[in-house]
Amino acid sequence: MNEAAPILTPAPRDATLDTVIKLAVMAVGGQGGGVLTGWIESMARAQGWAVQATSVAGVAQRTGATIYYIEMARDGGEGAAPVFSLAPAAGDVDILIAAELMEAGRAVLRGFVTPDRTTLIASNHRALAVSEKTVPGDGIAHAEEVVAAAELAAQRLILFDMEAVAQRAGTVISAALFGALAGSVSLPFARHAYEHAIRASGRGVEASLTAFDAAFAEARGDAPAAAATAEVPAPATPPGAHLGADWVALLGRIDRVPRGARDMVRAGLVKVVGFQDMGYGFEYLDRVARVATLDMGAGDHELTREAAKYVANAMAYDDMIRVADAKTRPDRFARIRDEMGVADGRLLRLIDYTHPRAEEVVSLFPARLGRWVTARPRLMGWIDRRVNRGRRLRSDRILPFLQLYLLAGLRGWRRRTLRHAAEMAHLDGWLEVALEHARCDPAHGVETLRLRRLVKGYADTHARGLSKFDRALAGAQAVAGRKDAADWTRRLREAALQDEEGLALDGALRTIGTFAGAARDQSTSSTE
Amino acid sequence: MAERSFRNEVQHLKLGAGETFTGEGILAITKALLECGVGYVGGYQGAPISHLMDVLADAEEILSDLGVRFEANASEAAAAAMLAASVHYPIRGAVTFKGPVGVNVASDALANLSSAGVTGGALVIVGEDYGEGSSIMQERSDAFARKSQFWLMDPRPNLPSIVRAVEQGFDLSEASNTPVMMLVRIRACHVTGQFMTRDNKRPPLTVRKALANPRRDVARVVLPPMSYAQEQDKVRNRWPAAVNFIRANKLNERFGPDQGRIGVICQGGMFNATVRALQRLGLADLYGQTDIPLHVLNVTYPLLEDELLEFCAGKDAVLVVEEGQPAFIEETLAGMLYRAGARVKLHGKDTLPLAGEYTGQVMLEGVEAFLRRAAPDLLPARVRAPNALAPAIPDLSKTVPIRPPGFCTGCPERPIFAAMKLVQQELGEHQIAGDIGCHLFGALPPFNIGGATMGYGLGPASNGAFDGGGDKRPIAILGDGGFWHNGLSSSIGNMVYNKSDGVVVIVDNFYSAATGGQDILSSRARNPTRTTNQPIEKALRGVGVDWVRVIDRTYDVARMRDVLREALTTPVKGPKVIVASSECMLNRQRREKPIVNAAIRDGRRVEKPRFGVDADICTGDHACMRLSGCPSLGLKRLDDPLRDDPVAHIDQSCVGCGNCGEVADAAILCPSFYEARVVHNPSALEARLDRWRRGVIGWLQTRRARKRPDLAAVQGVAAE
Repeated sequence: MNEAAPILTPAPRDATLDTVIKLAVMAVGGQGGGVLTGWIESMARAQGWAVQATSVAGVAQRTGATIYYIEMARDGGEGAAPVFSLAPAAGDVDILIAAELMEAGRAVLRGFVTPDRTTLIASNHRALAVSEKTVPGDGIAHAEEVVAAAELAAQRLILFDMEAVAQRAGTVISAALFGALAGSVSLPFARHAYEHAIRASGRGVEASLTAFDAAFAEARGDAPAAAATAEVPAPATPPGAHLGADWVALLGRIDRVPRGARDMVRAGLVKVVGFQDMGYGFEYLDRVARVATLDMGAGDHELTREAAKYVANAMAYDDMIRVADAKTRPDRFARIRDEMGVADGRLLRLIDYTHPRAEEVVSLFPARLGRWVTARPRLMGWIDRRVNRGRRLRSDRILPFLQLYLLAGLRGWRRRTLRHAAEMAHLDGWLEVALEHARCDPAHGVETLRLRRLVKGYADTHARGLSKFDRALAGAQAVAGRKDAADWTRRLREAALQDEEGLALDGALRTIGTFAGAARDQSTSSTE
Repeated sequence: MAERSFRNEVQHLKLGAGETFTGEGILAITKALLECGVGYVGGYQGAPISHLMDVLADAEEILSDLGVRFEANASEAAAAAMLAASVHYPIRGAVTFKGPVGVNVASDALANLSSAGVTGGALVIVGEDYGEGSSIMQERSDAFARKSQFWLMDPRPNLPSIVRAVEQGFDLSEASNTPVMMLVRIRACHVTGQFMTRDNKRPPLTVRKALANPRRDVARVVLPPMSYAQEQDKVRNRWPAAVNFIRANKLNERFGPDQGRIGVICQGGMFNATVRALQRLGLADLYGQTDIPLHVLNVTYPLLEDELLEFCAGKDAVLVVEEGQPAFIEETLAGMLYRAGARVKLHGKDTLPLAGEYTGQVMLEGVEAFLRRAAPDLLPARVRAPNALAPAIPDLSKTVPIRPPGFCTGCPERPIFAAMKLVQQELGEHQIAGDIGCHLFGALPPFNIGGATMGYGLGPASNGAFDGGGDKRPIAILGDGGFWHNGLSSSIGNMVYNKSDGVVVIVDNFYSAATGGQDILSSRARNPTRTTNQPIEKALRGVGVDWVRVIDRTYDVARMRDVLREALTTPVKGPKVIVASSECMLNRQRREKPIVNAAIRDGRRVEKPRFGVDADICTGDHACMRLSGCPSLGLKRLDDPLRDDPVAHIDQSCVGCGNCGEVADAAILCPSFYEARVVHNPSALEARLDRWRRGVIGWLQTRRARKRPDLAAVQGVAAE
């Protein structure tokens, strides 16, 4: 120890330090975080505060997560400049603005949001990360977990869809975030100081101010109650008498279905009747009824409900007729015009991207002819060379529209097609297995029904989905009779939805193979 | 035209004596250069100093008014080589590039420059791309200064300090005949603040005048026997001269009390982070007045032995705050202390981490750990024994997805990688080498294409081992920026020379796009001060590439795929080069948006494309996502109990590039995509034709609707 050196005693924290306001903006590259930072900085400077802003520019920000950081302090006027930090530190942020919900989550995760001091101002809309989108199933991150964590972590939380506010005003989210910041009153500046900063920046001022105003009001909690989306409660018995006796009969049969499954059956019925006709609806209800007889009521009649859902999906398969029908419906045109902002004085040119192959065309042939053609590769090749190319249809023009319209008109012919025969055979094969499983283990029956979710997509994607479905169904059959059969079948489905190639599914099947195979070996050896 | 325009900001460069400059670090550096009478400037763009190049380019008029030459150099090596003008002429020169990758490229010229020594002040401004927000390997540039012996400045990260360092750097360079490198960290480049300006100074000797009066000093030629003399001159004369200058002009700074039991030595660039840690521990005030003596090294090489020993004298312990590794300062100081027989305890990489950015949290923990060991009585009570338990916040690490950078909305490089993915689905996986540039994002999901990144323009060169050929051809990706930086000679020329059978895809987006959209030789823009529009294809043919295919619309995924397939399967021997050209969408939007908006306002006919997805045709398999990753192509959950998986959805940010539709077509994915072209200000004839078409289509639709049950009304929701 050096005795000569003066002994320092811990000094109380410099009180002026607590006057420093530390504000971080977490955004996705391209959201205009730089504009927001510029506004905040120039506003603070105009109010006579010492302020410092930092950002990161460059390729690392292209659509990636990025942080802007501002520190400000009331200018002491002693000529000395405050020493500010250039980056936010965990546990040391007063205001955290997140321009997207998962960025708010990232802020919480990194410790920038703490209950002792942080006001979290976040937009709860989602801009999905690539990893969330590429999963064949549902890979979207759980928003509610982030919201729950944000509520705990933040001293104050201001959370609403600021992206929507900005879009309504015809601008980008930075203006709405700025408005929410003003509305939060977490900075000691009056509203006009904010508006002055927007005006001074000189670009898109009116739209920015509109968004600012709306977000300001919403952050303060005095926004006019958003017009509730007209949600008409589904009537107990839908009015449909005008649709004729068949429809009334169909509805009558819904009442015989267990109550817990009725909504789903009704949705499924609408789907299949819309896909084909009333007769198809009766077929649908027949299939559902077969399952319902096995339903012991577990899980509020889960078995029937899942059957209602997946049988409807299987019956309303995606053939060319259905696609053409969907593409030519009047409500589609209205929706597109609305979404694209085709108002007065503007026109819409609509180009549909299609790419039929021989398989799709032949699948519309009568079943026997179709089978005959499919069995002849050279003939199929000849047809493929004639049809297999990308076709961009100008659906707003008469002739291309007519092509789709006529194709959609083949609905009456559909039951005779090769595709229909194949789909029905596939459907009934699966349903029989599900019924068999349900008989000894309703939970396993439910999971077997749910495997249908694996069948989706068109062309090769559809073929891959079917192959996954077939493998998973075989796996489900292999575990039938085991206590954990339902659990294994659920795992198979989840694995199949994880990746495109079905690697996870193969892994799960191999695991099943070890014990199911062993069980089989055992049973064979015991019989010997 | 660069991504960001500084046309308004550069007016601040004209501020005179006694005025206040308000703005960003890079602009302040430019202003400081002009105040120092710099004679020529140059450099090569790259984050975080890209904007410095943009500022210089936008300030070209102001520069030339002062007689200052601005050269947009071909590479960092070229920029460093340009400092040769300061070897024989008493002209101040400054160049800028990023570190350490730019310094790597420049090292040959920097070593020669350092050996020769300089007459005029030579300043290398390095934007150190280290820590959060960096896009390169994590290293520091310090080693180059030490091996070639040029001086390294690391000023405190605020505008007055940075501006002062520019002036001191020139003076130091001239006083010691040695080039000086000034490091500016990522966030310091864009830190905002204010400083008092001085008048700009015309260079006493302009490059034009020097050209009229050539001079040369044989002692500065790097050849034996002069090179041996230069080695001795470095240590005998230039080093001591630098040490004397640094000491006499107090380039390093002291804060806090003169005496103390403990002390902290930090790099200038780490000053704010160090003070913040002390502030949080109650040991410094808002203005950086600390209770603990602080020695700030604004010059981190050379280190002044007597200054450091004096600081350590009488102290029990000192902490060295030095970001990254190797710990040059700590190790040099350890040697000094050992030789001096000092007993002070040296801390540094024991309480602070060996590697990684020294963030606020790291600094707080490191300084606290140092105090705990060296002077626990200085710690405030709440740190010594915290009594409040931090509340448990749910762990979101599994919930929040990572969001690495990726291709922008409408990027023309996306379809190139989609096509490569499709070709690999047909022909199997290939050996693919990447390069530096936006196209490196192809290595990330959803494309997962390309592995090696050995340096700018070295993509094809990094496939050199495979040039002998085999069952499959190696593929290399090269950007147009990399092509002109180094790729034409190092990669393409040598593929021809070595009779390589490999395939190269040159991603030509009309700019040095990753660095911020600067023009290059093959840019399509008309640039009044540069020569552009030099086709890459011409250069390829010039060095002897016979198999060249030029694709002038990368969005044509099917064509892109077919050309790639041809390159991989053709019997033709020798290098096969595909030039895939489409304009960087970020720059294109910036260029076209105002023009389009003005045209719509003026009543001229404009078609604006955007894509959409029919939600009831999309089955939610997300195959399109795996060939896209476009930010505007997202997912939407449907309000339909029959549907499990979210379906594809294109939001308003779509720029109508067409990639998703083209991919759906080329890969035969699905018929869900449509393109909606909204025609603004159509002609009267066109409007009448449209009315008629809508009439006929509407009639057909009504006719069919009458025949089928109106189920939507029954259910209350559309059966989507």
